[in-house]
Amino acid sequence: MLDSKTPEGPLADKWTKYKDHIQLVNPANKRSIDVIIVGTGLAGSSAAASLAEMGYNVKAFCFQDSPRRAHSIAAQGGINAAKNYQNDGDSVHRLFYDTIKGGDYRSREANVHRLAEVSTNIIDQCVAQGVPFAREYGGLLDNRSFGGVQVSRTFYAKGQTGQQLLLGAYSALSRQISKGKVTMYTRHEMMDVVVVDGKCRGIIAKNLVSGELERHSAHAVVLATGGYGNVFYLSTNAMGSNVSAAWKAHKKGAHMANPCFTQIHPTCIPVSGEHQSKLTLMSESLRNDGRIWVPAKKEDAEAIRKGAKKASDISEADRDYYLERRYPAFGNLVPRDVASRAAKERCDAGFGVNETGEAVFLDYASAIERYGNTEANIRGLKSQSQAEITALGKEMVKAKYGNLFDMYKQIAADDPYEMPMKIYPAVHYTMGGLWVDYNLMTAVPGLYAAGEANFSDHGANRLGASALMQGLADGYFVLPYTIGDYLSKDIRTGKISPDSPEFKTAEAEVQSRMDRLINNNGTKPVDYFHRRLGRIMWDECGMSRNEEGLKRAIQAIRSLREEFWKDVRVPGAINSFNPELDKAGRVADFLEQAELMCLDALERRESCGGHFREEYQTAEGEALRDDDHFAFVSAWEFTGDPGEAKLIKEDLVFENIELKQRSYK
Amino acid sequence: MNLTLKVWRQNGPDDKGHMETHPIEGVSPDMSFLEMIDMLNDQIIRAGGDPIAFDHDCREGICGMCSMFINGEAHGPGRGVTTCQLHMRSFKDGDTIAIEPWRASAFPVIKDLTVDRSAFDRIIQAGGYVSVNTSGNTIDANAILVPKVQADEAFSSATCIGCGACVASCKNASAMLFVSAKVSQFALLPQGQPERESRVLRMVEQMDKEGFGNCTNTGACEVECPKGIDLSNIARMNRDFLKSSAKSEN
Repeated sequence: MLDSKTPEGPLADKWTKYKDHIQLVNPANKRSIDVIIVGTGLAGSSAAASLAEMGYNVKAFCFQDSPRRAHSIAAQGGINAAKNYQNDGDSVHRLFYDTIKGGDYRSREANVHRLAEVSTNIIDQCVAQGVPFAREYGGLLDNRSFGGVQVSRTFYAKGQTGQQLLLGAYSALSRQISKGKVTMYTRHEMMDVVVVDGKCRGIIAKNLVSGELERHSAHAVVLATGGYGNVFYLSTNAMGSNVSAAWKAHKKGAHMANPCFTQIHPTCIPVSGEHQSKLTLMSESLRNDGRIWVPAKKEDAEAIRKGAKKASDISEADRDYYLERRYPAFGNLVPRDVASRAAKERCDAGFGVNETGEAVFLDYASAIERYGNTEANIRGLKSQSQAEITALGKEMVKAKYGNLFDMYKQIAADDPYEMPMKIYPAVHYTMGGLWVDYNLMTAVPGLYAAGEANFSDHGANRLGASALMQGLADGYFVLPYTIGDYLSKDIRTGKISPDSPEFKTAEAEVQSRMDRLINNNGTKPVDYFHRRLGRIMWDECGMSRNEEGLKRAIQAIRSLREEFWKDVRVPGAINSFNPELDKAGRVADFLEQAELMCLDALERRESCGGHFREEYQTAEGEALRDDDHFAFVSAWEFTGDPGEAKLIKEDLVFENIELKQRSYK
Repeated sequence: MNLTLKVWRQNGPDDKGHMETHPIEGVSPDMSFLEMIDMLNDQIIRAGGDPIAFDHDCREGICGMCSMFINGEAHGPGRGVTTCQLHMRSFKDGDTIAIEPWRASAFPVIKDLTVDRSAFDRIIQAGGYVSVNTSGNTIDANAILVPKVQADEAFSSATCIGCGACVASCKNASAMLFVSAKVSQFALLPQGQPERESRVLRMVEQMDKEGFGNCTNTGACEVECPKGIDLSNIARMNRDFLKSSAKSEN
């Protein structure tokens, strides 16, 4: 059984009490303590800036050419905070409750409550830094609503909230770099963590430009290295997003928690062909006004797939608005996991609407008409023709969603004002990640995980606009306290030597793996294997899973891994700028981690949030949770082979919330 | 589609570099430009060659990492798009396409199409921030009022993705559009006022130190900017710079 180190006392007082009683490090001692931060997204940049500001010597690492490029930058929708500026009944408790429920009761109460508590500080902090959030005419901050909640608590900067928040954190980081308190290592990738006498004491990093390995020592290491959605090859993640840092930590003793919890986002632009390298999200906000449908008759669907019919040829009576049909109470606004599964169900049944059969319509025709009529009324226009109403409506929709419609047009080469968009679910976020305790420390003392890289706050399904909140909460407001408490015991340790046998061994291991990859003399490029892995994962460990399929996947992954090491071809040399070699290392890690994901999905014999096991569903096809047997975190300990990992449980105790079956009917 | 690609190859900053010709067949019009390059690299690797090195990451037009100079234009023929959002349907069967890196002495080539843009980071480090600690114990967010028009304008300036297309497009390799976008964001907001003068002086000084050229108002940067950052930012920076310089010389 794992100890979460959750402080005693009433839920709402835990964090305050904790902060009041931790050990502090005095300013002089902070100057002789080093901290390494890997990754410079929201969690990493904010942690690096905050710790440096407090006086620690920080080294920060990112594989991109600048810390500002981390994939937090691509978040569109917004960031939640319990400010209750709209006076609509929001509170810290309500944000806490929504997040636990949205996560289908598979997250830790104390962590989520702390997240809700510090959410308000995030907005204050970001505004002080000059983040240009959207404003109302009176100059106050504007809010909007997001899926799965009944209040307006989402702060936003058009469709680029992630960009603006990351640039805010990047500016705070840049300020500390200019002061010399943070040493920034760009185009550097962490290759391994180094554990000395049971404590994490540094990393082996690779300078991606020169190809050289470097040893960096520290008193503590923070991994803020994001999620592992790219194990599916196709996802909304950036091309470089990878599991390697977390996986290396796992192999050195950190537990991987709930690895099978993956978020599949319902509204993405469908795959257009074999060449596809990534998928693009269309914001959740489109489901506010758009209606999702497929033809009710199979022959119509077939005709559309062959190009013999268009969406507009299908009469209203022959359309199946399946979300409205199945979930009358929430309709098109059901949570992400539910909407994704429903789309898959229709496509699997033969009603898909593009060449591959994997797409459904997101239709704005009725919204255009509705907006058109409203606008005509507002402008006092009488007896308008249908065409005039439609033109007005398009104008209104453009004002609201114009940039998204343009993006769709650019990628799909189709005009969404005239024809419904075609959309399909895609991998978007991973709720699972490194197991951490209340202090965000992994099972390895001195090794921390923050942001998407840890598992802690979103349970089995993340709510929209909560990832940005968690990244900044961890970096700005949680780690600065919890790391200090740990480091207070390290003030007499002195400088950590990067020349100990542990560092040398770790470096030699990294070196020999790179040698093996580069001298493999295989015939196929890295992407060939990555694509095949993605297909296996998507088919067997994607939106719905079953025992047989997962067992099949485990076998397939094992043989693919073998084939990879026999036949992969990595061009170029080791001591040079070699992106193919870097990619090969990352895919090699995905090939191991994928097996653990399937194992975790196999062992979790219930359905919850994004994890849908076909064997465990209600008569109506909804997810069937089993709280009696599975109200725990599955933390996996590495034992030498990815598929032989040992399951350690952390029981989830709900003292403040009553467990209920989620219903959106 | 069948195409002929002429691609810049350069093995490190000290190598002279040359154009290399690659025919490519079976390109789908639905591919993004970078997916077409992926396809070419797949061919090259299978044939035992050295793939073309290029920067890319998010592939949805926001990270600012992709940076190709295509047929003489930064990010190619499209307007308001980055290289990763450019699709092959913008080209015709039989086209010859020239692909080069950003060219500027302040952006040395690392390999092939990959350049070093760390000069941009150093300019931000010189003053592209509001000096506020990250304690969270600032004043309540709504205590700072920002008129909507001003907030929207600051946001427009803040959408710069730092790709460097402005520098690559400018005949003088000037970084004025990039620097002025950040200067403007803070100049337009109340939070940026206390450091407004020192910020512009320090950032411009660093810009000059990095070896970027001067602005001669040709406006090429504005045309090629994938995020539509406009020249009024440069005007605002010039105004602030002159005002601050005059004051600091007193």
